[in-house]
Amino acid sequence: MASNDRATRGPTEYESAASTSPSAVAEFDQHHQTLVHKIQHALHQTPSLVPLIVLMVSILIFGILLGSKFFSPFALTLILQQVQIIGIVAAAQSIVILTAGIDLSVGAIMVLSSVVMGQFTFRYGLPPEIAVICGLICGTLCGYINGFLVAVVKLPPFIVTLGMWQIILATNFLYSANETIRSQEISELAPFLQFFGNKVNIGGAIFTYGVIFMVVLVIVLAYCLRQTAWGRHVYAVGDDPEAAQLSGVQVKRTLISVYMLSGLICAFAGWALIGRIGSVSPTSGQLANIESITAVVIGGISLFGGRGSVLGTLFGALIVGVFTLGLRLLGADAQWTYLLIGLLIIAAVAVDQWIRKVSV
Amino acid sequence: MEPVLKARNLVKRYGRVVAMDHADFELYPGEILAVIGDNGAGKSTLIKALSGAVSPDEGDIWLEGQKIHFSSPIDARNAGIETVYQTLAMSPALSITDNMFMGRELRKPGFRGKILRQLDRRRMEEVAREKLSELGLLTIQNINQAVETLSGGQRQGVAVARAAAFGSKVVIMDEPTAALGVKESRRVLELIKDVRSRGLPIVLISHNMPHVFEVADRIHIHRLGKRAAVIKPDDFSMSDAVAIMTGAMDPPEGMAA
Amino acid sequence: MIRKLLGTASILAAMAAAPAMAADTSACLITKTDTNPFFVKMKEGATAKAEELGIDLKSFAGKVDGDHETQVAAIETCIADGAKGILLTASDTSSIVSAVQQARDNGLLVIALDTPLNPIDAADATFATDNFLAGELIGKWAAATLGDDAANAKIAMLDLGVSQPTVGVLRDQGFLQGFGIELGDPNRWGDETDPRIVGNDVTAGNEEGGRRAMENLLAKDPMINVVYTINEPAAAGAYEALKAIGRENDVLIVSVDGGCPGVQNVKDGVIGATSQQYPLLMASLGIEAIAQFAADGTKPQPTEGKEFFDTGVALVTDNPVDGVESIDTDEGMNLCWG
Repeated sequence: MASNDRATRGPTEYESAASTSPSAVAEFDQHHQTLVHKIQHALHQTPSLVPLIVLMVSILIFGILLGSKFFSPFALTLILQQVQIIGIVAAAQSIVILTAGIDLSVGAIMVLSSVVMGQFTFRYGLPPEIAVICGLICGTLCGYINGFLVAVVKLPPFIVTLGMWQIILATNFLYSANETIRSQEISELAPFLQFFGNKVNIGGAIFTYGVIFMVVLVIVLAYCLRQTAWGRHVYAVGDDPEAAQLSGVQVKRTLISVYMLSGLICAFAGWALIGRIGSVSPTSGQLANIESITAVVIGGISLFGGRGSVLGTLFGALIVGVFTLGLRLLGADAQWTYLLIGLLIIAAVAVDQWIRKVSV
Repeated sequence: MEPVLKARNLVKRYGRVVAMDHADFELYPGEILAVIGDNGAGKSTLIKALSGAVSPDEGDIWLEGQKIHFSSPIDARNAGIETVYQTLAMSPALSITDNMFMGRELRKPGFRGKILRQLDRRRMEEVAREKLSELGLLTIQNINQAVETLSGGQRQGVAVARAAAFGSKVVIMDEPTAALGVKESRRVLELIKDVRSRGLPIVLISHNMPHVFEVADRIHIHRLGKRAAVIKPDDFSMSDAVAIMTGAMDPPEGMAA
Repeated sequence: MIRKLLGTASILAAMAAAPAMAADTSACLITKTDTNPFFVKMKEGATAKAEELGIDLKSFAGKVDGDHETQVAAIETCIADGAKGILLTASDTSSIVSAVQQARDNGLLVIALDTPLNPIDAADATFATDNFLAGELIGKWAAATLGDDAANAKIAMLDLGVSQPTVGVLRDQGFLQGFGIELGDPNRWGDETDPRIVGNDVTAGNEEGGRRAMENLLAKDPMINVVYTINEPAAAGAYEALKAIGRENDVLIVSVDGGCPGVQNVKDGVIGATSQQYPLLMASLGIEAIAQFAADGTKPQPTEGKEFFDTGVALVTDNPVDGVESIDTDEGMNLCWG
């Protein structure tokens, strides 16, 4: 993609170089920047601004329309609770998409990990702490298989994770025999599995541990992506893997680490899922892959890789949550939510394309 | 004088195609050696062998008299050979600093660097700025702007600065002026001379005869997978060089490899 | 090859010796998926009965709910295989009709299980739960349990999906009728004007959807005290949402299905009452009908006054009320599936 850009840009640059000297171009740039250009540049620097603005505006609009019913600590923190699972999964999805990949198996990994946590506790009688660790290992292992197939066997991520999605889901159903482990049994015998369901109440605002985990996870990921060499490599691999390889990035190792981390985060999402729905249910999370991709795209991360920030993903997930709850409170048909989210997705990709056109 | 980089009898086959057929190569300290050859003559395979991107089937390479064997470009880089690829090998969405330090980032000292693995952005920016200004590239205003917001010549400049900053022994440049306009090409040629004046030998691969004849100290002419001749630009005309390259003229006596 | 020869031989034998022996009969079971415990139980019931009657049973299932293509292919396979009859839970109730007609033209008995085809008479017979009755039972029970408070109830309706599948509409409307609420168009939910209904939301029939839908409706009106749920996983999710705000003990949750975890939840007081349906019975009755058809060509007749053969439904609760027949959870556990 990048080399294409360069090829098509060649002739125009030839002309501009012939008519003005490079320094004159720079000067022109500084003094005659239009407002639109400034916005374009600002977004180029901070791609999560768009979703942040959309989030603020939508909260404001629903707040005005619905008043205290929506603008209460209860309702606003409820949105956080409702998006926590998708938020966590979308964080995993983000790092994969930053490498210009895609992970369709996130939901399946999440469910399989939660089933492993539940069944290891109840079928084999392991202490729940050990079972949770087994679940986390299971998720990481699924991620490793994805990463190995993508990085080493060099299969397209879409195909790899499409296959793994089916494989993991089938494994999940075969292994669990589609048995639900009920909430009552879990809270009685292994409350540790519902750890993420615990909550802190601050003046009507309810924060479950799952919500806190989601926020902390996003902050930690944002730090790693921005402030460590690994994070820079993730972006470089997504931008142009060949260039990254030539400039000394261990592309394979970076890709495998990304898919493993994605699997691990999904396993955490599976744990948080137990906290959220109380039970271990092999049929949940069927749409998590699509919903997580939706959050990532609305959050301004480019599906072509290398651009965007994981904070944007959090905002993207929250936007979906705000729209869902706000429209339901307004009494609108649920179809309106899908319609508006569809519009948001297309708008987000259009903005992404526009930002890419930024140049001197 | 001992060559900095020397190769003997390099052979590389791709199936039944012989891309390199017992090719030789020498690069001496402080010189600009241009490598020219028709398309398919095998010059890019030769360059890839020298920069570690391709392992030759036969033959040996010496760097400063030491026999070396590269299995990847990273090996070559660690040995002090930097390559500026025709594609520049830069990540367009990342900043100038990020690109210059890609794969060899500096971490903060102490706890934040060791445990939190935090990058030392300030120091990386300082070094990047310093390296760019050494090469007279200070028109680039913001060291943190994304590479894709730079013009083609500026990008080339950053890539050259990166190679010059980290290449301790040899810099290889693959078609550095191919995608550039007239004025930008000129600036890049000046940059190449700047790098030489700092004592680094340069291998320059180019199709552009006027550029080659302007900056090269010696010209390595590649034909049919091997070195056909090495000439000095002062002794031959451009059309002679092209004639040797295409086989229309026999390589001069004593110059043939 | 040998199988085919045997098949041909058995058909010849069947023609020679009428009435045919049941042992020569083969039948097919085609379900929506083979992961849902409901269909797993259905398959169990069919397999057990087929063994008992010596019928050769082949099972097919779609890959996911809504996988129409696989079901059509399965019907074609059954025709080619020379089966006597097909038991079918259709994913796409109207599109499957032409394939079903083809099977009937080839002399197969087609029985729709659980899900009626559209139109219902596209199949030779339908063995199903009366979903409207199932809803009505829990509606009556909820109204009777609340007593006079039923007049001021605040009701949350947790439905299946926005496309309003028939099963979900029947249960929903049955519940409202049973509770004593005037229906709008009985073919769709959500058009009632009774102020006691706080709202409808969709759950996809699972825990996560149930919890989210409940939270949404609670945000609309936190004083909801009656919750109708499309099935028991959705009910379990709704209960979690209520527990999160400490109202799990003063809200009545009712549901439909009768799966084992669901009945256990009734026993534990999570769900007030559930209407239990009998997939195993549907399947075993279906196999018997095919055996009968193979023996003397008689087709099963629908239950009197209904367009389908009603395989029965029972209200499971430990708090029985006057005027609504029910069984307790111990009996429910004996009969439960999944």
